[in-house]
Amino acid sequence: MTAVTTDPKVDKPNGVGSTGTGGARRRLPRIPDRIRQGGLPYLLLLPAVLLELLIHIIPMLIGIVMSFRQLTQFFINNWGGAPWSGLDNYRIAVDFDAPIGEALLHSFLVTCVFTFFAVGLAWLFGITAAIMLQESFRGRGFLRAVFLVPYALPVYAAVITWAFMFQRDNGLVNHVLHDQLGLTDQPSFWLIGDNSIYALIIVSVWKGWPFAFLMLMAGLQNIPRELYEAASIDGAGIWQQIRRITLPSLRPVNQVLVLVLFLWTFNDFNTPYVLFGKSAPENADLISIHIYQSSFVTWNFGSGSAMSVLLLLFLLVVTAVYLFFTSRGRKGADA
Amino acid sequence: MAAPQSFLWTRRIVLTLLAGFVLLPVYVMVSSSLKPLQDVSGKFQWIPRNLTIQPYFDIWDTVPLAKYFVNSLIVAGAATALSVTIAVFSAYAVSRYTFRGKRAFTVTVLSTQMFPGILFLLPLFLIFVNIGNSTGLALYGSRGGLILTYLTFSLPFSIWMLIGYFDSIPKDLDEAALVDGCGPIRALFRVVVPAAVPGIVAVSVYAFMTAWGEVLFASVMTNDATRTLAVGLQGYATQNDVYWNQVMAASLVVSVPVVAGFLLLQRYLVAGLTAGAVK
Repeated sequence: MTAVTTDPKVDKPNGVGSTGTGGARRRLPRIPDRIRQGGLPYLLLLPAVLLELLIHIIPMLIGIVMSFRQLTQFFINNWGGAPWSGLDNYRIAVDFDAPIGEALLHSFLVTCVFTFFAVGLAWLFGITAAIMLQESFRGRGFLRAVFLVPYALPVYAAVITWAFMFQRDNGLVNHVLHDQLGLTDQPSFWLIGDNSIYALIIVSVWKGWPFAFLMLMAGLQNIPRELYEAASIDGAGIWQQIRRITLPSLRPVNQVLVLVLFLWTFNDFNTPYVLFGKSAPENADLISIHIYQSSFVTWNFGSGSAMSVLLLLFLLVVTAVYLFFTSRGRKGADA
Repeated sequence: MAAPQSFLWTRRIVLTLLAGFVLLPVYVMVSSSLKPLQDVSGKFQWIPRNLTIQPYFDIWDTVPLAKYFVNSLIVAGAATALSVTIAVFSAYAVSRYTFRGKRAFTVTVLSTQMFPGILFLLPLFLIFVNIGNSTGLALYGSRGGLILTYLTFSLPFSIWMLIGYFDSIPKDLDEAALVDGCGPIRALFRVVVPAAVPGIVAVSVYAFMTAWGEVLFASVMTNDATRTLAVGLQGYATQNDVYWNQVMAASLVVSVPVVAGFLLLQRYLVAGLTAGAVK
């Protein structure tokens, strides 16, 4: 390095808070140095912490307070004036014999089924594509770009196109199923009624699988080539290599990926909202739409907040249990 | 390593099917945008019979698409710039220093990522309305208010990704700069940021794309003047008719900038994911 070898941190041209350059300061570098170093990380974090407070922490606290109040449209301009209702909002939300609780439970179960299939299929498509594109061949770069298109398209533009394809009278899906293949007696409804859950899962998988593909592709790059070479010398075929090397090596990626996919899919609002509008068909009434509906359409914010808090608690428990089991599995594998 | 025929054939079939699945809506979008209204209102045609580019002119008049475009650009751009800038500072602090409260900070940031947007929407809506009533500051319905709500998802993600990316840059680099007499802030901007350009690009692209496609906050927090594309596209559906050809043309127009940008920069995104998420 250069001639600055004594104590470099004293002589900062632009250092934070170092104003004095007199000889007296040079004799006591340690103390101000340490204080500055101790404060610097906090100074760097300050904007993020302030914003976190503003956009996450305070709204969450207000949301919790709201859930204990009878907050209807009359109190939107003065929510502090809404009467306390104790646990009423929660009691109503989990009273599964009454209409509100029954609808919430139904919506929750629909969301669970939807999430299971949407995440499962997105993962399956992602892992298949990632493995098949691992080796280089002609057209690989092109396919990789093509597979990422659903990820890059704005949600509303893509989902609105699917909504068009699922139209009863002028959509592609019925044209193919009814007119061209003759599989159905008459054109079916896809965006209302019992079929809507299928439409929702298909659109969600279409939109979600490229993220799985991207993450798994990144994970595959970290597997050392030597493992495959050694295996092939030992006589393992490509299918065996996939089963014995690729899949086990992807375990840490999969653990993160499945959790992230689960949370995103479970909380997804954009897809059902663009596909169905403000109120989804009963069969595809996802929880986030349901809460939106009970908050902004029927204007019951207190009840909506209680449902949000319940949803949050559920997600926290699932995540904690998931992390507990996966991290235990990982430790076991290391030992 | 020679792959057996069975694998090659499976690969060909599977990849063709997947590409077909992915591109089907893209084909519908492009072909329908070139059809006259009576053709998109009738039975679907795989091959357009009467080609027209008229929808591409009409989209600007049916709804004020240009205005929505500008709104989306401002909101998504500002949310991206703000979250990435702030994330650079905090990620640097977390990646390079040990301090009390570090774990609490990262855990908080990480966990807010998993919370549903609806959880923050209700209180933020009330906060904005009440601030407006008591101070006259019009946050509700304003672009500034919308930008602030977009930080609820773009800030945690940016911090999370950048911590991973900064961790992957050797500490020797900026330590050498410190030894050479740089202050920590100078070391950040002279050494760490230039070395992290791919990661910062990846995070920015991702943040921009998410904000560009956001629907929930945009549908609640905007009014006629500040409406973004996400809400504005619904304007092509009238009481009597849905102008499907215009919907498809407008969808294509709003998609082209982000898809092009993304495909150009996707290499960086994979690199960023490798460093940030997959560890």
